Amino acid sequence: MQMFPLTVEQGVVRRRGKVLVGPVDLTLEGVGATIVVGPNGAGKTSFLKMLHGVVRLNGGSLTWACPRAEAEKRQAFVFQTPVMMRRSVVENIAYPLRLIGVSRKEARARAADWARRIDLGDALERPAVLLSGGERQKLALARALIREPEVLFLDEPCASLDGRATREIEEILTEAAQSGTRLIMSTHNMGQAQRLADEVILIIGGRIHEFTPAEDFFAGPQTPQGQAFLRGDIVE
Amino acid sequence: MSDLWDGLSQAFWLVVMLDPDLVEITLRSLRVTLTALAIASAIALPLAALLAVRRFRLRRPTIAVLNALMGLPPVVVGLIVYVFLSRSGPLGVLGLLFTPSAMVIAQVIIIVPLVASIAHQSLRELWSDYHDLLISLNTTQGQRIRALLWDGRRALLTAALAGFGRAIGEVGAIMVVGGNIDHATRVLTTAIALETGKGEFAMALGLGFVLIGMAIAVNLSIHWIGHTERGGRW
Repeated sequence: MQMFPLTVEQGVVRRRGKVLVGPVDLTLEGVGATIVVGPNGAGKTSFLKMLHGVVRLNGGSLTWACPRAEAEKRQAFVFQTPVMMRRSVVENIAYPLRLIGVSRKEARARAADWARRIDLGDALERPAVLLSGGERQKLALARALIREPEVLFLDEPCASLDGRATREIEEILTEAAQSGTRLIMSTHNMGQAQRLADEVILIIGGRIHEFTPAEDFFAGPQTPQGQAFLRGDIVE
Repeated sequence: MSDLWDGLSQAFWLVVMLDPDLVEITLRSLRVTLTALAIASAIALPLAALLAVRRFRLRRPTIAVLNALMGLPPVVVGLIVYVFLSRSGPLGVLGLLFTPSAMVIAQVIIIVPLVASIAHQSLRELWSDYHDLLISLNTTQGQRIRALLWDGRRALLTAALAGFGRAIGEVGAIMVVGGNIDHATRVLTTAIALETGKGEFAMALGLGFVLIGMAIAVNLSIHWIGHTERGGRW
């Protein structure tokens, strides 16, 4: 059953009375990569978590084309600071499979396969908490992709990574996108946004200011805030 | 001072000669305490994990009560268990009073709050670390609890050891419900109390050193088995 379109109507997320996101109206179609940009504290993380469903809506509605329980199983999230479970690398990557009842042997085999793809093939039994920042982020990415989700949310996966680690992650993402995974990702890196984006969402102060195809956005945003943001001005 | 020396030499000879009485009460001490620890851990560890992952209305009061019960006076626990198990008490028909089983029951009541509280402290931290990931992976409550218990096992070992320490050195409750009966319910701590009462300080000290030595030996061997001090930040 189709997951998309994803429709958000008047979606609002509040915490302790403060509005973090919204109200947001949005319809996302099922192909390509959507890049979410905006200044710090604009609500990008809350926006992604709201779409993913780990943060509840305080108002409005969010509907997938399929039933909610179904949709929850077909998506994954990569957090800005990856969570390393206190287990070995291979057990970390295998964990999502174990949760859905894949046998230990098969889960480990598929995890080992993924570990090789992210250059951690000879660190299978190393404790994941001993990995470097870039390795952690790659592990989190592998762990998110191992269930072959149809939608992958990423919250600044390359923040504080160097060029090489960023390139490796982008290669994995491009590959995933080509095999049909829908990417929804926030970033601060405009170069990265340009390389990956099919469409761009600009969020300022919890509201969507632009939602346009990538070429249009980078050619010239429609709103003054978008133009200022793209110029590199400080937008608040 | 001479009492201490006598005690040390007495302890030495008791251990070297494998005094049958000493072996008997030492093994009984170990059996009672380890049984109590196993039962208490089976109750306290899942409870600690549940308190970490689940938000329910009485959660905070439960945690506060558990923390308060860490200081439960053993002799009062012994008294209450005694009343329940005595011939005229509600559980009198089981005939458990003055048996090792009664001692196990009393010790379980004493150490469950302690083990649960210490375990909850560490699992709560682990949960705040895992929270986003496990929610995002769409885990069931049972899966969350299992992940916490498995990945937090080293910290849980520390909680269990604290429970062991409290139970093995405990005298008030097991004296009341066990009765310190020779060849039936006498354990190291009650024997020490008895010998001290008789004025046999050397013997009492000797038993005391055996008790301390055993507690250290059990701790060291469990640490060694669990590799607790290795593996960096685990």
